[in-house]
Amino acid sequence: MLSKAISIFLKDFRQEFRTRYAINSIMLFGITTLTVVSFSLGESNLPPKLSATLYWIIIFFSAMSSLAHVFVREEESGTAMALRLHTEAEPVFFGKFLFNFTVLFVLMLIITPLFLLFTDTYQGDMLLFSFILFLGIIDLCSATTIIAAIVARTSTKGALFAILSFPIMLPLLLVLVRATEKVFLESTFSQLSPDFIFLVSFPIVMLTASFMLFKFVWFD
Amino acid sequence: MYKFEVTNLSKRYGRLKLFDNISFSLSTGDSMAITGPNGSGKSTMAKIFLKTVIPNKGKMNFSHNDKELDTDVQRILTAFVSPYLNYYAPLTAEENILFFASISGINITGKEINVLLEKVGLEGRGMDTLSTYSSGMLQRLKYIIALIKKPALMIIDEPTANLDESGKIIVRNIIEELRGKCILIIATNEKEEYNLAGRELSLA
Repeated sequence: MLSKAISIFLKDFRQEFRTRYAINSIMLFGITTLTVVSFSLGESNLPPKLSATLYWIIIFFSAMSSLAHVFVREEESGTAMALRLHTEAEPVFFGKFLFNFTVLFVLMLIITPLFLLFTDTYQGDMLLFSFILFLGIIDLCSATTIIAAIVARTSTKGALFAILSFPIMLPLLLVLVRATEKVFLESTFSQLSPDFIFLVSFPIVMLTASFMLFKFVWFD
Repeated sequence: MYKFEVTNLSKRYGRLKLFDNISFSLSTGDSMAITGPNGSGKSTMAKIFLKTVIPNKGKMNFSHNDKELDTDVQRILTAFVSPYLNYYAPLTAEENILFFASISGINITGKEINVLLEKVGLEGRGMDTLSTYSSGMLQRLKYIIALIKKPALMIIDEPTANLDESGKIIVRNIIEELRGKCILIIATNEKEEYNLAGRELSLA
């Protein structure tokens, strides 16, 4: 199954490299929002709570702008049927999850240093912050990949993706904001452990449920 | 020996009845043409066989030596060619072939790809992206991707759609080759094509 999932990921990556649809749209949204935030702030210093909230708002809405694309593209170009006829559901899900993970990883790699530079609010343990970001990518992708698969089969794809994602993402975003704020306040690993438990458990639950349900979403 | 059995298959869209109580049984080596005018349900029936459309009534059974095959195995053993089946336009023909081979769990070499490209008259075009292909060239490529699966059940909807004369000859040769090796189902309106099959199921 892993080799099939990697084949699907590499196919999506190659397709994306040639069309640059998802990466362009996610970067455009991320950088535009970041620029607006940094110009609005000017020289003023943000409190850690506001800084963490702004950061995750930028990441969340950038993700919403393109993570559904991974399945929508298959349905709109009519290639989903060919994919369904050639392989099982599970490699498709994990291939798409890997692709979304990569897109979000690239976004965070570019947005995070720029955000810290523009807002000038960063203090704390860089390793801890990177760990939260890494868990945040997995968490966001574990939720958005299955939602993307559901909305790709509907007629109101764009709007529905944000609407369906919001209630699932809300508790996740609140924890991510709280954990990021604690890092900015120079908290230690042990002070962050309740947040880490949630951030590690969330993708386990989401991926297990997605793994069990995706077959019905994809084929029925 | 593979067997594909259909019992009392019916499909309707609202009040529109497409077909009712269709039953047949085909084994390896058998071929059947589904014929009928436009809108009679030929393509819908093909999609039902592929399990991408759900029938209102009826049963299908795909078995090997009288043992029913798992749905995932059925998918691997079934190949499909149709004008409405699309592949990845930003990728080259070779990349598409390698991709579909790999997700079907099939190993294929560059040499084998070249042989297949030559067989359908696409030699020298393997490195071109599908966005540069004509509809006839895409139809030829669909036969390559179907053939690499070495299918036990081959379903072809409108076999020569979009093809020129040389393409039609190539497709007829492929059908001749497949006949006897697998279960072959052709959905068509062309008399020359349904004559290639051993029996006919008319939806008229």
